[in-house]
Amino acid sequence: MSTAATAVASQAAAGNEVMIELAGVNKWYGEFHVLREINLSVHRGERIVICGPSGSGKSTLIRCINRLEEHQKGRIVVEGIELTNDVKNVDQIRREVGMVFQQFNLFPHLTVLENCCLAPIWVRKMPRAEAEKIAMHYLERVRIPEQARKFPGQLSGGQQQRVAIARALCMSPKVMLFDEPTSALDPEMIKEVLDVMVGLAQDGMTMLCVTHEMGFARTVADRIIFMDRGEIVEMAPPKEFFSNPRSERTKQFLSQILEH
Amino acid sequence: MSTADLPVVPVQQAPTVRIGALQWLRTNLFNTWYNAVLSVLALALICLVVERAVGWGLIGAVWSGPASACTEDTGACWAVLGEKGRFIVFGRYTYDEQWRPLVFLLLFVGLVGVSTFRRLWSKWLGLAWALGLIAMGVLMWGGVLGLRFVSHEDWGGLPLTVILAVTAGTFGFPIGIVLALGRRSRLPAIRAVSVAYIELIRGVPLITVLFMAAVMFPLFLPPGMNFDKLLRVVVGLMLFEAAYIAEVVRGGLQALPKGQYEAADALGLTYWRKTRLIVLPQALRLVIPGLVNTFIGLFKDTSLVVIIGLFDFLFGAKTALNDPVWRSAYIEVYLFVAAVYFCFCFFMSKYSQSLERDLQKSARR
Repeated sequence: MSTAATAVASQAAAGNEVMIELAGVNKWYGEFHVLREINLSVHRGERIVICGPSGSGKSTLIRCINRLEEHQKGRIVVEGIELTNDVKNVDQIRREVGMVFQQFNLFPHLTVLENCCLAPIWVRKMPRAEAEKIAMHYLERVRIPEQARKFPGQLSGGQQQRVAIARALCMSPKVMLFDEPTSALDPEMIKEVLDVMVGLAQDGMTMLCVTHEMGFARTVADRIIFMDRGEIVEMAPPKEFFSNPRSERTKQFLSQILEH
Repeated sequence: MSTADLPVVPVQQAPTVRIGALQWLRTNLFNTWYNAVLSVLALALICLVVERAVGWGLIGAVWSGPASACTEDTGACWAVLGEKGRFIVFGRYTYDEQWRPLVFLLLFVGLVGVSTFRRLWSKWLGLAWALGLIAMGVLMWGGVLGLRFVSHEDWGGLPLTVILAVTAGTFGFPIGIVLALGRRSRLPAIRAVSVAYIELIRGVPLITVLFMAAVMFPLFLPPGMNFDKLLRVVVGLMLFEAAYIAEVVRGGLQALPKGQYEAADALGLTYWRKTRLIVLPQALRLVIPGLVNTFIGLFKDTSLVVIIGLFDFLFGAKTALNDPVWRSAYIEVYLFVAAVYFCFCFFMSKYSQSLERDLQKSARR
């Protein structure tokens, strides 16, 4: 499927229903202003790639969406539920939002299968047999069903990250957040993880992805967001973003990462 | 460059190094003249000690008979154990009924022995423990099934030591875990209470805690109300141990990578599920050496209960030596006591090592 066709198809499927709404979001670490007046609407089925130099607040931004970080000003609404200090709301949102971390964060004392079944069993109250069936389904989808009985420590980085994606998918999330999913991987393993992510995107998953993989961004993203010093500096479809960036900072960033 | 240009390097085996016994001696013990001298001296010393020990403890030893059989010329007087052994091990427990604490000990050791095999951990083992504990209680107290009632004030010796250590450890452990979690809580009140408790208890000697439990605590109770002394002491030991265990467990909680907490949060697990399923299994695994250290300490610390009048294993030995006839055999008696303590502690240490190895095998990082 061509990029343009994908974008058109997703727009059509999305029906412009807003899933995540950030309005005037601000966050500080002590004196340091990490997020400044972030406004962002994510539609159902939309794929957004967030890039920017380190320390620009891009990880913090997506970590605010499932409240691994607290924002101090502004509103974040996910699936119609506002993120507040109310633990019930937070739990409800976390159930619908899957997350994949840079360091995989698999549970080393549990097997791959147990890693995948844990949340469906304990959070969704699913019977074990059913949870295992779903887990095997998603492990097949990330192409490592044969590793189900192994422990995470016995797998390669790329395999671990694919398990982490399967683990998140087992909760049937409505949104997936990716926090630099390929940054801790050896180069030869990046592709296997990106392939899985591309597959997800093609199936219409709503995705927010912090990454430096510009090839991935170009082919998959509906919109690319460039952040710098806690602000959204530029937000545009990939074609426009790469060929005709408006801001000086974006131009500078692109010239730095696309040089090689 | 095409691959054809490069010669294929065949896979080779690592070079083997084989050393004979003589070679080993030469490189390790006699490599220089002063090492040779030291080796010879050490060997002579070892021979001397072993010869003395065997001569005293085995060859020249008196194994049975009256105290008069042991003289200046004979070696170890092991006869004292035949004569006083029962009193040392079982204390003041009614003499004719001492088979009961013996069965108690065997039952306990048997259950622990079976429990060391992780393959056997199942519901049935839990059931066996439940039944075993009931049987142990019945054996020690009696009063049912035609067994004569023996008040726990008459309990003593090794069974008492085991009861104190095991109960205090079993109940102190979960309390310690809760305190450790409390100390890392985000709620200031819970954190403050945990810190205050831990620091207060760690700041006073165990003897003080035992005195408080045995002597001071009843003063605060309304007249007529009284808790049993044994119970008070067990509670005292338990609360004391909990503070130490809390700090050991906290070490494990802090060693766990932040990502583990975040991954559990992101999946929507509640605090208690996260703690039980993700945090504690990993944290406790990390601190097995420290925990066992604490439990070994607890086992030996129980000998302090003697100062408030409980008749533990070590005090049994001391009392047995009050008999003027056997007084001279104190070395033998204390060697015996030391050997028994050593067996228990060494078992704990060895078991913890095998447990660590086991768990590591199943979850290589």
